This record gives sequence, structure tokens and C-alpha cells, in this order.
Amino acid sequence: MLEWIALLIVITILTSAVAVLTIRNMVGAVAAVSVVGLGVSVLFVLMHAPDVAMTEAAVGAGLSGVVLALGLRKLGLWRLEDDKGTSHPLVPTSRREDNTDA
Amino acid sequence: MRNLAALLFTGGLSFLLLVIVSQLNLGETPMIVGQRMLNEAGAEVGAANIVTSVLLAYRAFDTLGELSVLFAAATTAGLVLGHRRSDAVPDPDGGFILRAGADLLFPLLLVVGFYIIIYGHLTPGGGFQGGVILAAAFFVGVLGRPGTSLDHGVIIFIEGFAGASFIGVGLWALFAEGQFLKPMLETGTVGDLVSAGTLPLLSLALGLKVGSELAGLLTALSDTEAGEP
Repeated sequence: MLEWIALLIVITILTSAVAVLTIRNMVGAVAAVSVVGLGVSVLFVLMHAPDVAMTEAAVGAGLSGVVLALGLRKLGLWRLEDDKGTSHPLVPTSRREDNTDA
Repeated sequence: MRNLAALLFTGGLSFLLLVIVSQLNLGETPMIVGQRMLNEAGAEVGAANIVTSVLLAYRAFDTLGELSVLFAAATTAGLVLGHRRSDAVPDPDGGFILRAGADLLFPLLLVVGFYIIIYGHLTPGGGFQGGVILAAAFFVGVLGRPGTSLDHGVIIFIEGFAGASFIGVGLWALFAEGQFLKPMLETGTVGDLVSAGTLPLLSLALGLKVGSELAGLLTALSDTEAGEP
């Protein structure tokens, strides 16, 4: 049973690690990095290393994602539209108008 | 020709590495230091969590080095990314749901963070993990109310005081026992809240230092103006 859970988590980690490289949306890539950290922390719990798991969950899944997201915002890469240029409903109105013009 | 040279180089390198790996008896290392720590840590240090007794007693000097690495990293990130033009547009309001959620999360995160720090020598966790959670508690409030900021004077004071007290405990041990950062005071009963000598003090100093540092970094980063999309 435990092996199957570990296998599932490893597959999730590998899939999101590949998704970090292939996803065209920067915000999505940052979220995928956090998913990798979360999966690794669950693996640490399964291997009876709760101290390392807590560090990985706090730093790898939480803090690094927040720092990367704030970096994206500073660099002007914080965009939620997909490849076709259609914007996401969460984007503020002013930016949505810019996208429809372009 | 270049491809052939690269192929030869790669083949030779992997051959050498394979020879080295075949000579290693993996999984059968004697583990002298680790085994001694596992056997003696409970009686010597008095901490129920052996990881903490390694981090804050046997390898406390390494933890001080980690603190300085984190300090350098946070300073650099704040210096490179944390700058705000005076004519920047203010960020839009976070909205009622975000504000209420931040207010609801703040006390819970504060309790969890301090619990993990103070019980670091008994249960999994310690200064680093609890410090990150404390930083998150204060950062969530800033996220809910963009434009507000923490009092950086207070943060700098807490951070400096915590770092100085970590080194101060180490210097105290240096003058009393002749070894920097050697655990002092009575070890007490394993499992009690007040036990393991100076380890809880070091854990608290570590947690406050990491928490104030990361809270300052995150608020400085979120305070910068958004770039042109």
C-alpha cells in the first residue's frame, strides 16, 4: 500500500517537474515548482523524516514559491492569460483591455 | 573529430566513475559518529528530538553558519528586488474576503509557529521551520492589505537581538566551559518542556532571527511596484 502511495507521489513530482519546463505560463510554472516541493515533503514523511519534511514544506513548497511569484510580479511577468492571449477572469480590468487590443 | 573526442572523454569518465562505484561498499559504512550520537544524545544533551540535539548541540556551529548564509541570501534578494520608485502607482485593495481571511489566519499561524519553535527539542521542528511559519503569519497580513508594511525598525531590532543572543549563549559556554556553543545548564528529564539545558533558548533565538528576517524580506519584496506587463 505504502509503495503505491510513494509511486503515485513520485509520478506527480516528475510530471510537475516536466510541467515547470514545458508550461508557457510563468505563474503556472511557479505553482508547479511548489507542487514538486510538496510531493518531496510527503515522501520525506513516508521515509520517517518529519523534521526534513517540515522544512521542505515550509521552504520548498511555501517560501520559494512566494519569493518566485514576487519576483515575477517585479519583473512584469505576472500574467494569467493562456497561449491564445485570452485573459483570465482574475486579471484586473485595465490589463484585460490591453490584451484585447493586442 | 570533436564528437569523437567528446565520446572518448565521456566514455573514459564514466568508466572511471564506474570503477570507483564498484569499489565502494555502499550501505555498509561503519557510521561511527552517527551511531555514537544515536546512542549518547539522549543522556548527553537531554533532548527527545535527536535531530535538534545534532542541530543545536553537536553541530551548533554549522547552524550559526547556516544563519549567516540565510542572512546573506535575504540581504541580496532584498537589495536586488526590493526597490520602489516614489511615483509608483499604489496597489489595488485586497478586498473583504482576503482581509478577513488574513485576520483569521494570523493568530493560528502565530500559535503554530511559536509551538514548533518552543517544542523544537521534543517534537519534530525547531527554529528554522517555526521561523518560516512566523514570517508567513506576518506576511499574510501584508498580503491582505497591500500598501501597509511592517515596522522595519522593530524587525531589525528583533533580528539583531536574536542573532546576538544566539552568539551570546555560545560565548557564555566558551567562557564557562571552554567550548563555543557547548550545551549549558541542567539537562533535566527527557521529555519535559524545560529540559535540554540551553537548547530551547537557542531554538527561540534561531526562530525569532529566521522569522524576522524572512518577514522583512517578504514585505520588502511585496512592497515593490509591479513591473510593466
